[in-house]
Amino acid sequence: MKELICISCPMGCHLQVEGESVENIVVSGNGCVRGIIYAKNEITAPKRMVCGTVKINGATQPVVSVKTKEPIPKEKIFDCLAELNNTTIEAPVSVGDVAIVNVCNTGVDVVVTKGLSKR
Amino acid sequence: MNKNLVIVGGGPAGLACAISAYDEGERDILILEREPELGGILNQCIHNGFGLHTFKEELTGPEYAYRYVKGVEERGIEYKTEATVIDVNAQKQVTYVSKRDGLVTIDAKAVVLCCGCRERPRGAINIAGMRGSGIFSAGTAQKLVNVEGLSVGKNVVILGSGDIGLIMARRMTFEGANVKAVVELMPYSSGLNRNIVQCLNDFDIPLLFSHTVVQVHGKGRLCGVTIAQVDENLRPKMDTAKYIECDTLLLSVGLLPENELAKNAGVVLSSVTGGGIVDDSMMTSQEGIFVCGNVLHVHDLVDFVSQESALAGQRAVQYIRNGAPNCEKITIETKNGIRYCVPSILKKDGDFTSALSFKMRVSNVFKKVTLTVFADGVVVLAKKRPIVTPGEMENVTFTPKQIEQLKTASSIQVSLEGVEK
Ligand SMILES: Cc1cc2nc3c(=O)[nH]c(=O)nc-3n(C[C@H](O)[C@H](O)[C@H](O)COP(=O)(O)OP(=O)(O)OC[C@H]3O[C@@H](n4cnc5c(N)ncnc54)[C@H](O)[C@@H]3O)c2cc1C
Repeated sequence: MKELICISCPMGCHLQVEGESVENIVVSGNGCVRGIIYAKNEITAPKRMVCGTVKINGATQPVVSVKTKEPIPKEKIFDCLAELNNTTIEAPVSVGDVAIVNVCNTGVDVVVTKGLSKR
Repeated sequence: MNKNLVIVGGGPAGLACAISAYDEGERDILILEREPELGGILNQCIHNGFGLHTFKEELTGPEYAYRYVKGVEERGIEYKTEATVIDVNAQKQVTYVSKRDGLVTIDAKAVVLCCGCRERPRGAINIAGMRGSGIFSAGTAQKLVNVEGLSVGKNVVILGSGDIGLIMARRMTFEGANVKAVVELMPYSSGLNRNIVQCLNDFDIPLLFSHTVVQVHGKGRLCGVTIAQVDENLRPKMDTAKYIECDTLLLSVGLLPENELAKNAGVVLSSVTGGGIVDDSMMTSQEGIFVCGNVLHVHDLVDFVSQESALAGQRAVQYIRNGAPNCEKITIETKNGIRYCVPSILKKDGDFTSALSFKMRVSNVFKKVTLTVFADGVVVLAKKRPIVTPGEMENVTFTPKQIEQLKTASSIQVSLEGVEK
């Protein structure tokens, strides 16, 4: 048995997980269905949301916050961050605008999380 | 100037309060915010994890704030930014200063204080050593990195494992820094579990419980800190002292409600939470002055801030219309590991049409306990909890039948039952 702390939401349920493959995993201790999904993913293919900033030209602040629209494979976190570091976008931006398409070939876009107008 | 409702602070508490007051039918509302934009602390909390309870999706801080700012703008609710409130008095006069308006005093019918918290400074924890640069409160570092795009340091030690410290451990790692350790005085973390998993464990950052920073070194820039284990009385054991080389120390040693305004207005504060003592309508000891959000008690989840503040907004409008009911009040007592309960006063003929809930914090980590509410010694509600921790707020909501039981009681107690001695 493996013990995990669910991170799907701030509740942090303590999960007990039996089995190693998607088919035979049994989860207990979860407060909602997301706990089961989390345990399955965490055992077979762990993923994380990546939140950070990219540089922005012409806005009221030098950087703007962004996130991966979906969680990406855990092992790609630092590749993704390197791409954020090399990205500069132009003001104005709105919440949800795509800053990077298909980041690190994950099939996931990086989107802006804060609207900034032109200075 | 006259206003029916003045809301001090345009963070998530102020925004939710304003929206709910408007939806209750009030149109004469003004929000005063000292920063250049609405949104409060959420503007610098660029990580995800906000709003799951409210929106059933996981938003970042700025996205969560945006939804409420939009709500305020769509309703045409008046707000002023870069307007700092410097005084609120018992007559509900609110005085603010701004570059645009100068010094203005508003006569309000009701005031809601939504001023949030500020961070405990280094002075509050007394570390020996030089006052070199490189020591930041975690929230200040968060703003510098996330909003101003600055680099704070390369080799980092973090004191305090509250959420801000944990979030910043990951953020600094993302920015290319080497976070050498998170040092926690207590034998447990006051941060959320998932932040320990996601922010420390993911990156193999050590979390040292029952440790503290005893000295900082370096004249111009910080060059290292000495840490030591503490004994059961939280006193450092100097024979365990260890030097860690670092150029940056982040302090995440707790938040203090910003209650200067409340104090001036004569609001009675709780010695436990540092926030005002409120009844079930979020009203303080001063009639017509309400408080909600982090200025009332420190919340870990913004969803509960929004909920509590929506209630405060609604009750403030009812107060403007009908005044305060002149009725008997019961003080809610806490015992057996319950540190505090909000509200701490229940009005006997208060209006509980929308559900009544108690929010509380426990004083230690307890397993397999039952959160129990008694009315005149009889169990009204019992909620089994596999684990409770000081870092996570507990919450119980009552049914109409239970509310009736509470209202007719002459004493109410909240207790953790089943605690092993
Ligand atoms: C680092 C960090 C991480 C967090 N992570 C999470 C998370 O992952 N998930 C989650 O749900 N919650 C999280 N929270 C908690 C959540 O952000 C807070 O509970 C919430 O922001 C509190 O809202 P508030 O409106 O009470 O206070 P604030 O957001 O602090 O807003 C108060 C506002 O009042 C203004 N103000 C104060 N005094 C005056 C004055 N005199 N005149 C005019 N304006 C004034 C301030 O400028 C500010 O804008 C986090 C908090 C922090 C600090």
